[in-house]
Amino acid sequence: MASYDKRFSGRKFDEMREIEAKVNIIKRADGSALFRIGETIAIAAVYGPRELHPRFLQNPETGILRCNYDMASFSVPERKKPGPTRRGVEISLVTEKALLPVVELKQFPNAVVDVFIQIIQANSGTRCAGISAAALALAHAGIPMKDLVSAVSVGKVGNKILIDLDKDEEDFDDSTDIPVAITGRKKEITLLQLDGNITKKELIEAIKLAKDGCEKINKIQQKALKDAYKSEENE
Amino acid sequence: MNNEYILSLIQQDKRVDERKLDQYREIKVETKISKNAEGSARCKIGDTEVLVGVKMDIGEPYTDSPDEGTIIVTAELSPIASPLFELGPPGQQATELARIVDRGIRESKAIDFKKLCIKEGEKIWMIFIDIYPLNDDGNLIDASVLASLAALKNAKFPKIKDDKVVFGEFTDKKLELTKLPVTLTFGKINDKILVDLNSKEESVIDARLSISVYDENIHAMQKGGDKVITLEDVEKMIDLAIKKEKELRSSIK
Repeated sequence: MASYDKRFSGRKFDEMREIEAKVNIIKRADGSALFRIGETIAIAAVYGPRELHPRFLQNPETGILRCNYDMASFSVPERKKPGPTRRGVEISLVTEKALLPVVELKQFPNAVVDVFIQIIQANSGTRCAGISAAALALAHAGIPMKDLVSAVSVGKVGNKILIDLDKDEEDFDDSTDIPVAITGRKKEITLLQLDGNITKKELIEAIKLAKDGCEKINKIQQKALKDAYKSEENE
Repeated sequence: MNNEYILSLIQQDKRVDERKLDQYREIKVETKISKNAEGSARCKIGDTEVLVGVKMDIGEPYTDSPDEGTIIVTAELSPIASPLFELGPPGQQATELARIVDRGIRESKAIDFKKLCIKEGEKIWMIFIDIYPLNDDGNLIDASVLASLAALKNAKFPKIKDDKVVFGEFTDKKLELTKLPVTLTFGKINDKILVDLNSKEESVIDARLSISVYDENIHAMQKGGDKVITLEDVEKMIDLAIKKEKELRSSIK
């Protein structure tokens, strides 16, 4: 196995890229947020609870959550054809499942809460950035939530377990990529995917690294929410 | 049969079909089920039945991998297999199923994509793996992976004339499959972990984790379901996957 002694970016193996989080970036939406990690930028907008169409999808017992993940055509070096892709359909699904455990939609029968995620600049970790942004946007929209969700990718590059892979690391021969989402207080897993080749021991080490990373992201998310209400008071 | 009854049984480590929590239903894999396909297989797990056909064609390589062929996996959840499936283009569930199968094969490098190169930068083999569930009584994922592996394992390249495939005529050259990375899907209900859920059990589970494994190495994972899992759950599921991988693999001849 190729050795990877020093990260291309010079980061430590347990060091994430610089993170920025902001809410209230799309005024028209009921809630919105931006989440940047390094060069990856995700924007999320929440609309709802609102009436669900088509009507046959309505559930009289609870509101439903609907997520849509999309990458802008210009977000990657080689233009991505606009519109839905199979990858996007799958990420939309796992994003929804990553957020569902924390939202409380029982009090909104027949309604839908729509979450739209747009990646405007991509350098790996887009689904995780999208989930962290979406959790913030849901909280900003005032959707009842038991907890926040934070997400980060961990993995194995060469012989090293590390956090927050960038594109160079993702493209490294035989790298393993593991997107993970974790709840803020109970540290439970709501997203877990894996591509690559890894042993059980390494995987457990990686998930523990993700827990530490998500704890840091959680604090940044909380601060973004608090800052938003501070600035509203000042207006 | 109501959900509370299914749940109460599981709490006592029992199941509606009298299996143990870590016990698969009977698995049967049969190959060469459709003669126009380059490779084909049927996998039954209990009443669940999935057909997979492998077709091959010549195509152009991606610009970032000029000397590699590729696999293209699709799944069609036809209404023939379940009252819950509807006509129309592949939805989220079908797309997820196809992508889980794709990643297990691709990430384990069971197929050497470089060997699918015909002429660098110009011509490669595209291996289409098409999944058709015929009866959904749960665990379509594991059944689709087994059927796909079996179909690939008996696939033969078609004849080529003037750089084009002669459809319906096959060579004796087999597609090389270097390993059989099986996928095991676990369900979590309360604090119980189950394998091979039937459709009734699937409708009551909290969360699901699919693990693609070969020789104790993990090549792909996918969490599903509406609720959380813990790190301890993941550890238990991986241990079970490693314990049972050979049993699944042995169904493919």
